[in-house]
Amino acid sequence: MTVKRDLAIGALLACGVALLPFTVQSGAVLNAVILTLFAALLGQAWNVLAGFGGQFSFGHAVFFGTGAYASAVLQIRFGVNAWAALALAVVAGAAVGAIIGVLTFRYQLRGSYFALVTLAFAEVFRILANTFPFTGAGVGMMLPLSKAAALQFPSRTGYLYLVLALVGIGFAVHLWLSHSRYGAWLAAVRDNEQSAAALGVDVFRVKLRAIVISAALMASGGVFYLQYLHYIDPGIAYGPTISVEALLGPIVGGLGTVFGPLLGAVALHALSESTRNLLGDTPGVSLALYGVVLILMVRYMPQGLAGLLARRKR
Amino acid sequence: MPDPSILLAALLNGLTQGAVYALIALGLTLIYGVLHIINFAHGAALMLALYAVYFLYARAGVDPYVALPIVAAAMFGLGYALQRFVVGRASHGRDENILLVTLGIAIVMENLALAIFRSDTRTIETAYTFATVNIAGALIPVAKLAALAGALVITVLLYALIARTDLGRAIRALARERQGARLVGIDAEHVFAMSFGIGFACLGAAACFLMPAYYVNPTVGSGFVLIAFTVVVLGGMGSFGGALLGGFIVGIAESLGGLAGMALGLGENMGQLAIFVIFIAVLLLRPQGLFGARA
Repeated sequence: MTVKRDLAIGALLACGVALLPFTVQSGAVLNAVILTLFAALLGQAWNVLAGFGGQFSFGHAVFFGTGAYASAVLQIRFGVNAWAALALAVVAGAAVGAIIGVLTFRYQLRGSYFALVTLAFAEVFRILANTFPFTGAGVGMMLPLSKAAALQFPSRTGYLYLVLALVGIGFAVHLWLSHSRYGAWLAAVRDNEQSAAALGVDVFRVKLRAIVISAALMASGGVFYLQYLHYIDPGIAYGPTISVEALLGPIVGGLGTVFGPLLGAVALHALSESTRNLLGDTPGVSLALYGVVLILMVRYMPQGLAGLLARRKR
Repeated sequence: MPDPSILLAALLNGLTQGAVYALIALGLTLIYGVLHIINFAHGAALMLALYAVYFLYARAGVDPYVALPIVAAAMFGLGYALQRFVVGRASHGRDENILLVTLGIAIVMENLALAIFRSDTRTIETAYTFATVNIAGALIPVAKLAALAGALVITVLLYALIARTDLGRAIRALARERQGARLVGIDAEHVFAMSFGIGFACLGAAACFLMPAYYVNPTVGSGFVLIAFTVVVLGGMGSFGGALLGGFIVGIAESLGGLAGMALGLGENMGQLAIFVIFIAVLLLRPQGLFGARA
């Protein structure tokens, strides 16, 4: 059974990562692992909607930023406990996902139009966050360091476990999507909306559910970013960098596959680390390389690394 | 209610800014509207053209308006090659793939520019950079009036190209009926690449009109991508006159939105907000554009 196999591989990987702090002392290595897992989380979020559902978003930062800002506002302005803020921020992200989903899917936006509209939504949110003093306007919001506060850890180990847990949830969602009835509906909608509808699939509700789940995962990524780096501003939260980071991993790793976002995140981080070692820290070089990788993957390997592995096995 | 003279100035400013948007969007409407190729690298390509204008002026002393044929020709070559050898081959016949590939091209362009030119913002100072004309009490930069004239001329040229030339006929045929056009012997790959090249050449021209009163840095183009798409969608896909009008509407909306934002104490950002809200509203409610027929 592939579920059991995937679950076993996932559990093994998680154990390996969980044991890392006991064997590795280097903060730089742990930081690299944390950032790779963070990228995998964003990739998982995007993959739910785009890989499994066929709806390519170019503005996933809108959910990321909403999660980060909701948590920051709740903690800083209202003194809400960080765990509660995490839960509420995920709900806020899901709510924004539901609103955008209702609007775009009700009016049947597809393909490139959907991509452009999500980008426009992210820009609208960026400008709003940039405007109002309530969200810190252009200065952004700084999460005060505190030993007593929840979800803040003295060492990187705590953050590693936090992001590992979130990626674990994302992985569980991926397993569920690849082996459940709902996942089959979503795949049917992705492959051909008309025939899915003809077979009795409620296309609108299936897509709406996918964007809500995707948005919730993405919002949890925003909260993690805030807790880890203690700072958020409109450009980081709602800017295009996060949206691109979310889509790059799954495309490299394998769209709509269980391990795609993980594979992609690992491959891309390995690539950027090695270029940094080879070419030094010139700004732009590693991102330019990401762009080249994106073009080459779409051109020569649309199935991603996961597709390559699957072909090998056969 | 603000002073009528301020309102008039805002309208005129919006109109001339709209001409710049129209200039940028004209190339996009050819690529996007007529051939259904979604070029996300449009803004990044504009950025490259702006750098070309900058270096021609700063290093060789070539006036931006004199540089127009050089920059337009170079951009044509770049556009042709990109479509022929990169975008066309990677599409596998799917919209999403074209979007992703052109996004990849935009990332490469922006970050190579960052690596080579660094993030400094650069401007040029021509004799007419600060020259203005007084129209009914509003001071309008001469460079923006030139952009308005340029937008009108390029619109007419594109109309003539599409309506009168063999290439134009081939483009229209491909837009209508791809299979049939191939059957009657049209070299589709060549015509697609020509359209892409012409779209990029328009960007080159736009950069020449933009640079005297604007600036360039590696990320300057990303701000124009959504605006250009807004103009194209507003005007109706593939309509040059629509793009011109859409440009004016977007320019005026931005200018009035900025004015309203200032009046409400929310800042000029509200002008940008107005553009994106228009974009979302048009795509949701009237995707065929204000002037297009429903497809």
